[in-house]
Amino acid sequence: MLKDITLGQYFPGNTVVHRLDPRTKLLMTLLYIVTLFLCKWFVSYGVMLVFLITAVALSRIRPKALLKGLKPLIIIIIFTAVINLFYTEGRVLVEFWIFKITAEGLQNAFFLVLRIMMLVTGTFLLTYTTSPIALTDGLESLLSPLKKIHFPVHELAMMMSIALRFIPTLIEETDKIMSAQKARGADFETGNIFRRAKALIPILVPLFVSAFRRADELATAMECRCYHGGEGRTKLKQLRYHRRDALCLLLGAVLLAGIIVLRHFML
Amino acid sequence: MGNAVSVQELLFSYPSQNGTPHCVFDGLNVNIEEGSFVAVLGHNGSGKSTFAKQCNAILLPEGGSVQVFGMDTKDEALLLDIRRTVGMVFQNPDNQMVANVVEEDVAFAPENLGVPSEEIRRRVDDALRAVGMYEYRIHAPHLLSGGQKQRIAIAGVIAMQPRCVVLDEPTAMLDPIGREDVMRIVEKLNRENGITVILITHHMTEAIRADRVIVMKEGRILTDGTPKEVFTQVDLLKSAGLDVPATTQIIYELNRQGFDLPLDALSTEECAQALYEQFKVEA
Ligand SMILES: Nc1ncnc2c1ncn2[C@@H]1O[C@H](COP(=O)(O)OP(=O)(O)OP(=O)(O)O)[C@@H](O)[C@H]1O
Ligand SMILES: [Mg+2]
Repeated sequence: MLKDITLGQYFPGNTVVHRLDPRTKLLMTLLYIVTLFLCKWFVSYGVMLVFLITAVALSRIRPKALLKGLKPLIIIIIFTAVINLFYTEGRVLVEFWIFKITAEGLQNAFFLVLRIMMLVTGTFLLTYTTSPIALTDGLESLLSPLKKIHFPVHELAMMMSIALRFIPTLIEETDKIMSAQKARGADFETGNIFRRAKALIPILVPLFVSAFRRADELATAMECRCYHGGEGRTKLKQLRYHRRDALCLLLGAVLLAGIIVLRHFML
Repeated sequence: MGNAVSVQELLFSYPSQNGTPHCVFDGLNVNIEEGSFVAVLGHNGSGKSTFAKQCNAILLPEGGSVQVFGMDTKDEALLLDIRRTVGMVFQNPDNQMVANVVEEDVAFAPENLGVPSEEIRRRVDDALRAVGMYEYRIHAPHLLSGGQKQRIAIAGVIAMQPRCVVLDEPTAMLDPIGREDVMRIVEKLNRENGITVILITHHMTEAIRADRVIVMKEGRILTDGTPKEVFTQVDLLKSAGLDVPATTQIIYELNRQGFDLPLDALSTEECAQALYEQFKVEA
């Protein structure tokens, strides 16, 4: 049951999208999000959609896998759509009781849903095509200028990669503890929300105890392997920009400029 | 040859909740020769793990001194040199893996030491080949078996190119096949690469494969010598709450029944031979 958490899932592959430098992909995702928020009307969204679909096609990620990522967000999407549908002032199309649907509301709701879906799909494409290690390396490298103002960039990246490393281990452990408690007659499925929350205590307590023990042992093991912070550290895999990264970033810049122009003409 | 680890008059205690420190070592003396394969045995709480952590400056002496290859562990300037010289492998392989790709994990120590990328690549590949896990280099560690994980942990230490490796019950969580794999790698490191090995274990079958066995009891050395010298002292070991190898146990029991068999027939082959010699005559 806990196995289908998609957090940080990565589909290995060897496509252009996979081979792009993680820093390029992070920057592109950022650019993509900014650009998406500048879109005004069908033409802009159409351009962005073409870009997204091309990227997905190039990455050979199955669209179904991407859409699966949208599932947990359905409630939020519906909620924002409904709010926008009913609470936008403008030309009234239909009216019943205290509700009225306006043309503007319809349009807002449609674009908002489209925007959320494209936003989520775009960022999922990043995590699906970039290994968590590459992602943290990329982040560390991009943020490294912040070291000058004593921002703990290396420490953050280290924490992220250790968290990613231990998620499967802790999930496995949670499953084990749950089975053990079930075997002792614990009941996690019935009762109201308070009962169920209370039933979680016998899972969380051993889980935390074990997580602290693990952290302690891991810290010792890291010290034994000469860990002494980020200073003077080298990397097995050095990040290197290639031609394709420059091309990709150029494309991103063109896209942003293009959308700004389209925005000017309210397209 | 010099000493890999030299412990003199070591005093050490852990702080405890009720204020009175819990004394583990009260004047321990021991020398581990360079290139040797030493097994350390002892009951739970006898101070084996504490001793291991003294060997690479994870814990520091309160009195006396610990020297590794001539370096005093109390000298802070030598800390990294000491830790890269004495590698450490722990019991639970899950809690000593840092990265979520095998090769990245093996690369962790050389990365910390600032080794250039190409050199790290070479060391990682060599280390993974040495433990027979090269094909698994881009696997996720949590999908491997316990024995495989422990081999990765050993590779992570080898990549540091240490002169001594301390293993604290490395096989305690493994099945017999995983145990044998780990033991074979450890023996190879010692015999072929000349790395000093200190193996802490509860398995007598592993201890008899060492050159020297040290038995600890309450922070002191109870007995120390070759496996044959140590395991023939059956009564002493039993008084320390320790088992003896199954082979010794059989011969010990037979001798108590009035037979006169050699107690130091430790390996299965030697034991079988001794039994054969005895009963062949009588048949
Ligand atoms: N972190 C600690 N804080 C306080 N006391 C400790 C700590 N670690 C160990 N001890 C105590 O020190 C003594 C020696 O412990 P140590 O872990 O060295 O034993 P060990 O021989 O490795 O035992 P085991 O076979 O169970 O691993 C024990 O009595 C233990 O309770
Ligand atoms: Mg121990």
